[in-house]
Amino acid sequence: MSGDPNQQRSKSALLDVEDLRVTFPTRTGLIEAVRGVSFSLGRERLGIVGESGSGKSQTGRAIMGLTPPQARISADKLAFDGIDLLSVSPRERRSLRGKRIAMILQDPKYSLDPVMSIGRQIVETLRTHEKVGKAEARDRALAMLEAVQIRDPARVFDLHPHEVSGGMGQRAMIAMMLIAGPEMMIADEPTSALDVTVQLDVLGILDRLVGERGMGLIFISHDLRLVSSFCDRVIVMYAGKVVEQLKASELGRAQHPYTRGLLNCMPKIGADRHPLPVLDRKPEWAA
Amino acid sequence: MTSAIAVDGLEVIFDRFRALKGVSLDVQPGESFGLVGESGSGKSTLLRAIAGLAPVASGSITVNGKTLGARRDKAFYREVQMVFQDPYGSLHPRQTVDRLLQEPLAIHGFADGEKRIQRALDEVGLGNGFRFRYSHQLSGGQRQRVAIARALILEPSILLLDEPTSALDASVQAEVLNLLEEVRRRRKLTFLMVSHDLAIITHMCERLMVMQSGEAVENLAAADLVERRVTKDYTRNLLRASDGFVRTA
Amino acid sequence: MSVETIQSRRDWLLSERPASRMQARLGRAYVAWRRFSANRLAFLGLLIIIALLVVAALADVLAPYSPTFGDLKNARLLAPSAEHWFGTDDLGRDILSRILYGSRWTLYVVILVAIIAAPIGLLVGTVAGYAGGWTDAILMRITDIFLAFPKLILALAFVAALGPGIENAVLAIAITSWPPYARIARAETLTVRNSDYIKAVQLMGASPFRIVLRHIMPLCISSLIIRVTLDMAGIILTAAGLGFLGLGAQPPLPEWGTMIASGRRFVLDQWWVAGAPGFAILIVSLGFNLLGDGLRDALDPRSGDQ
Repeated sequence: MSGDPNQQRSKSALLDVEDLRVTFPTRTGLIEAVRGVSFSLGRERLGIVGESGSGKSQTGRAIMGLTPPQARISADKLAFDGIDLLSVSPRERRSLRGKRIAMILQDPKYSLDPVMSIGRQIVETLRTHEKVGKAEARDRALAMLEAVQIRDPARVFDLHPHEVSGGMGQRAMIAMMLIAGPEMMIADEPTSALDVTVQLDVLGILDRLVGERGMGLIFISHDLRLVSSFCDRVIVMYAGKVVEQLKASELGRAQHPYTRGLLNCMPKIGADRHPLPVLDRKPEWAA
Repeated sequence: MTSAIAVDGLEVIFDRFRALKGVSLDVQPGESFGLVGESGSGKSTLLRAIAGLAPVASGSITVNGKTLGARRDKAFYREVQMVFQDPYGSLHPRQTVDRLLQEPLAIHGFADGEKRIQRALDEVGLGNGFRFRYSHQLSGGQRQRVAIARALILEPSILLLDEPTSALDASVQAEVLNLLEEVRRRRKLTFLMVSHDLAIITHMCERLMVMQSGEAVENLAAADLVERRVTKDYTRNLLRASDGFVRTA
Repeated sequence: MSVETIQSRRDWLLSERPASRMQARLGRAYVAWRRFSANRLAFLGLLIIIALLVVAALADVLAPYSPTFGDLKNARLLAPSAEHWFGTDDLGRDILSRILYGSRWTLYVVILVAIIAAPIGLLVGTVAGYAGGWTDAILMRITDIFLAFPKLILALAFVAALGPGIENAVLAIAITSWPPYARIARAETLTVRNSDYIKAVQLMGASPFRIVLRHIMPLCISSLIIRVTLDMAGIILTAAGLGFLGLGAQPPLPEWGTMIASGRRFVLDQWWVAGAPGFAILIVSLGFNLLGDGLRDALDPRSGDQ
């Protein structure tokens, strides 16, 4: 793998975000999707939670450099391992992407190339980032498929994305993203399209690989409970802003009424609450 | 007492794919019954077969004591209505809320349309300000409220709910679930509700059926599930999964 | 009108909470209009078509001479001048006057073809798409048969059978132009047929007839309008082509295609005889094409936030 993880672990923050703003021009004026988000990421699992329109996905995309071209990004600081992401050339940005920063999206069907076999996609990804021979690349791809707990890697290697199930596709996606040995991964709703039981398998794999490699993970999701059971730290976003940052284990002691309301309004097995408490949105939360 | 919905040995086949493999079900009037399972379990197919939207190969469906044939008559739709999963796909993109609600009234020849539309909108908490909007001017939760108003406007006794909140944010989900409970209580409706989320089903339903690949796994009372008195491994797996991620160190 | 009243009217039209059916409809139309008029070329197209309508309506007033009677003695094949802007033809008729009157025939052809062909195509396409199975197979094979021949050749065959004349030309063009509309309507129908909102109407107990007429057709109409507008140029050219071949409008009717046909004998020495109607066809075709492109951007429900 590229770089010695132990050597890089010594640095404190992998990613530094300060006052990140993403603005979209529309016919009726400017819409601020992200309005001054600041956080830093070490080699940990950080969850970003919010409802639709909270700006959580746009935050992830801005870090990846996948913001649509018409949008404007500004930040006091957006640095990955000391590299200022806003001032690097598009070329350098591309080589960072995949090599050192990886991203997993919700539906593998849209992010895998439909006309290329899964194995070849993994091999191609590896070979664009590292100078390795064909045979070695293939071996490493197979090993990677095994690492994401695909039982018959040699068979799956030759399959096309449409020939595998959603869970299998997402595992292949993780394999592809991890093959170049990135130091940071952004996962945007990586398991929302999957069945609950498959979801846990995939999370287990992700958890193990992230732990073993000492990667930083940003886990973006709408599911506050899932995130809190999976991550070390949670950022709660509302209307483009961070309303609360807290340790996942201390979610029960959340201060902000939005976080508490979000936790409260979900039905729980065994909690007999009729009607369910609903969220009373206060305008000052968005202020 | 005749069952509100009785399904017996229902098979549904799509182009040689057996989506339902002989499923039976019995829902009492006024009851709320849940169908739980993962994708491909056939839970939505069962709902659609009852509504007449899936090809039934064999078996029988009886609604309020009347056994249904291949074609549903108008009287059936006065008794049974459905709320779909995707609020973005279930409202016609070129019709205002007003037009959407008028359509069922026009089909069934109701004269007091004006009053009924007003009342239906009030009942789902939308009011008159939403009446002449197009669906693209509504949020997901508002759309689902319109879909519920549309289903209720014919005053059915049975409501089929196909994952009615899975496309909504958690806070909106709570509002829609509360609304559904409220209309059920007020109108003494029978619910048949599909969801992949055990917590929602135990919250909304008294009894439930767990399904897997086109077959019934087991029938349970919601209380049994809460107490974890389940007999099948599959149900146990589902229950464990709904607790969230547990790190195995 | 003061600035404030214009502003408040705009707010009323763009209101997110329309208070009546009328306001909702007008608001929607206004949004489409704003999108359309933002496109300069489309606006130019619209101006050309409006000009065509005005000219056709006021041909009696605008035309300086009679379109059918010329001065055979003194005015044969005169070059463009102050008296005859576009010159005169071999029978001494003023070409400008003939073109102005000819706009009526052009409109006549275009409108009749549109109101015959578009509804047939819409009906065949939506019924085939919604019904599926045998109905679909039979209707679409018939459509395929029509599509298998080049349009002009098929129209020629029909006119040859029906006899020359502008009414028969219209009929022949209409018969040959509905199949593409049927194809478009069917394709649109197939994309919406299995959507939940159509299922929801089925669950209300609506008859298939009602679903097609009231729920599917309105969704197909905008793409059909766009296609028909873009086809207008082709219709004009086909009509002109038939006229040119002597199978459309008959002399002395001032139809543009027929005018080109009779001017072709002098095309090298008296170019304006054929050139002027040719130019008129070019401008009007261009107008319809630009308009069609603009409508596509304005009406397409998939574009923008409509």
